[in-house]
Amino acid sequence: MNFQSNTKANFKVVGTRVPRPDGVDKVTGRALYGADLNVPGMQVGLILRSPHAHATINRIDTSAAAALPGVKAIVTSADLGVPEDQSLRDVQDNCLARGKVLYDGHAVAAVAAKDMATAKAALKLIKVDYTPLPHVTDVDEAMKSDAPVVQEARADESVPAGCGPNVTHYCEFGHGDLEAGFGKADLILERSFTTAATHQGYIEPHACVASYGNDDKADLWCTTQGQYFVRDLCSGILGIEGSQLRVTASEIGGGFGGKTTVFIEPVALALSRKAGRPVKIVMSRVDVFRATGPTVSSSMDVRIGMTKDGRITAAEAKLRYQGGAFPCGTVDMGAQAAFAAYDLKAVRTQGWNALTNRPKEAAYRAPGAPMAIYAVESVVDELCQQLDLDPLDVRILNAADAGTKSSYGPTFDQIGLLATLEAAKVHDHYRAPLGENQGRGLSCGFWFNFGGNTSVSLAINSDGTVSVTEGNPDIGGSRASISMMAAEELGVAYEKVRTIITDTNSLGQNDVTDGSRVTFAVGLATIKAARAAIRVMCGRVAKIWGIDEDAVVWEDGAAKPSGPNAGDFEPMTLAEIAAISSETGGPIAGHHEVNAEGAGVSFGVHLADVEVDPETGATKVLRYTVFQDAGKAVHPDYVEGQMQGGAVQGIGWALNEEYIYGEDGRLQNAGFLDYRVPVASDLPNIDTVILEIPNPGHPYGVRGVGETPIVPPLAALSNAVGRAIGVRLHDLPMSPPKILKAVMTKG
Amino acid sequence: MVSVKLWGSLRDLAEGQETVEVEASNFKELLDALAAKYPALKPQIDRGVSLAVDGLVYRNSWFTEVKPDSEVVLMPYMKGG
Repeated sequence: MNFQSNTKANFKVVGTRVPRPDGVDKVTGRALYGADLNVPGMQVGLILRSPHAHATINRIDTSAAAALPGVKAIVTSADLGVPEDQSLRDVQDNCLARGKVLYDGHAVAAVAAKDMATAKAALKLIKVDYTPLPHVTDVDEAMKSDAPVVQEARADESVPAGCGPNVTHYCEFGHGDLEAGFGKADLILERSFTTAATHQGYIEPHACVASYGNDDKADLWCTTQGQYFVRDLCSGILGIEGSQLRVTASEIGGGFGGKTTVFIEPVALALSRKAGRPVKIVMSRVDVFRATGPTVSSSMDVRIGMTKDGRITAAEAKLRYQGGAFPCGTVDMGAQAAFAAYDLKAVRTQGWNALTNRPKEAAYRAPGAPMAIYAVESVVDELCQQLDLDPLDVRILNAADAGTKSSYGPTFDQIGLLATLEAAKVHDHYRAPLGENQGRGLSCGFWFNFGGNTSVSLAINSDGTVSVTEGNPDIGGSRASISMMAAEELGVAYEKVRTIITDTNSLGQNDVTDGSRVTFAVGLATIKAARAAIRVMCGRVAKIWGIDEDAVVWEDGAAKPSGPNAGDFEPMTLAEIAAISSETGGPIAGHHEVNAEGAGVSFGVHLADVEVDPETGATKVLRYTVFQDAGKAVHPDYVEGQMQGGAVQGIGWALNEEYIYGEDGRLQNAGFLDYRVPVASDLPNIDTVILEIPNPGHPYGVRGVGETPIVPPLAALSNAVGRAIGVRLHDLPMSPPKILKAVMTKG
Repeated sequence: MVSVKLWGSLRDLAEGQETVEVEASNFKELLDALAAKYPALKPQIDRGVSLAVDGLVYRNSWFTEVKPDSEVVLMPYMKGG
């Protein structure tokens, strides 16, 4: 699919900063989030969770709880079937443990009761007989041959012989002769790194209301990044047909990848089916931390060779990711992304995924990439330091560009990396003076971006306004962007368009709001739907004028004769055509359904200045600038918001955030008091520079922008801290005690 | 024939070859041909793969055209956050 012939360059609406359509609702409290829905007869659902990191479930006795007045239903895994599909079975077993609990917080049973007090009392009456088992929460320990076995026989066919029992997946990418490449280097550095598991930290916890009728028709309202995905998983787990389960997405208080799966929704449906009443479940914050997916944690080795003039001659990375108690393939994407920013003749990445007794990993913005690029960009920076080279010049010298054979296989088409590096090079930030205990760090970042299944319906209303219906929850401002693209294409004012997000029974399949796909793919489908409506409108006008459809064109929101030979007719505006639609054939609409491709990859460059207090080890971020290629920034405010949000989350990964497990395998910091995300007072203004190198795969040149911004901050901060204190840390987060220790060790 | 570059961990499942050749004119035919010629690849193909054709990454999309001179790289199935 190539839209180059239709690509626009001059825009009237796209690229402006129009008011967000959800703003008033959200600041006045009218917007309905996951926990805001209440329905008559609703029961309170609560979930009992494992106190053990790893244990066999010998028996669950629910009799006392069931006898408690006000308890309407209790469910365990025994109330669910056993799906044939292994990936669906894993999702189900994560929602309710089967046979064994695999991590601290693993759901074991659930109750539905008339009120919260009764539900809490019932949970205490459920007796679970466990036999504790040895556990493992560290990836390097988990990969050993004698490690406690989290799940038996879960390795796929990619895993080489001789790996430990918890290794489930192996991957390898690259090209060229590594040793010959290293032989050309003047300096080779090999370093090892670790990163901690971090949580997406969305403001709104998981919440849902399930209503399962005795006619096997069910409704589910929930906070999610993808109502269709929720429908597919829940209908599979509950064993009902997809059409009989209607899922409606609420407004969402953040997701960042963490709401691309289900945790409580199948449980609420199972309780409702058994209780014969609607059931509402809202997770506590502690449960969110203990039992919903953080990102993977990692252990990595990186070796890079460089000539004294800054050319990288060879590069190698070994990535070990733990993804919790169920198999995942996140290391694939880390291994592919690791060296994507560089034009390398010899490169190899290897990746291993291992099971641990931790909650199952969930996607988190560019899953797998930030940690890999942290390790790579740290070594590149240290090479620059040791060879006394400018780190930006070295990245420009080695940057991937059009025609580069990427480290993960394909050859790049037009990409914006060099443009972002050159923008950073001439930016004031790169020349700003630094003081004592201050350092500047730089990092490149990369993400693939995706398209995916998308369905859009666009109606031309008889009053000349436009209604767009789409199926992706609005996390990053998509309703505004979609309305803007519809307005742009139709030639009407932005205020004439309203975009709504509908339930699963009202449109064809829409993939999850992930992969930085929505503005690209839903926008593409909206433009095509608008063009379909324009064809209808031009056809109606052609009949009115009595000329061929081909003799009518659409310009500036009106149908016009295509030239003098088409006849002399006054243009008919969209409003005029809409007003007489009943007389000309009925309602006018456009639809487009597509599995969108051609998203185009994305690069960013981050600059960070920090000051480290040598007395306390605390790091203050002084100045931070993000440079990123957006293809075309449909709504620059939202693009800047994505760039700033990703940077802030990355700063959290770099400086503070980590899952801390005790010797008992239990999470020690399940709450925002002990798991510290950056708050406004921790941060400077995050400056942004948007570059626009059009993506040829989209009619307006749009690329995804949501995930790339979290990729570079880890290394940018690490490089800045390393230069500020004169010693490098290789383990994230760089919390004050670690920095203080590094400073004191340095002497 | 289309040349398909395999990511490294699949090579052992395709008789150690880094690049294999199959008769195919689109994504679906390519996957079918790979699974038929190298049955050990089938579990991975069944779990899901992406395909890079001339630099653009496709997920699923059976009817994506591949030509004999296309650069075709088999990649893991991608997910985002």
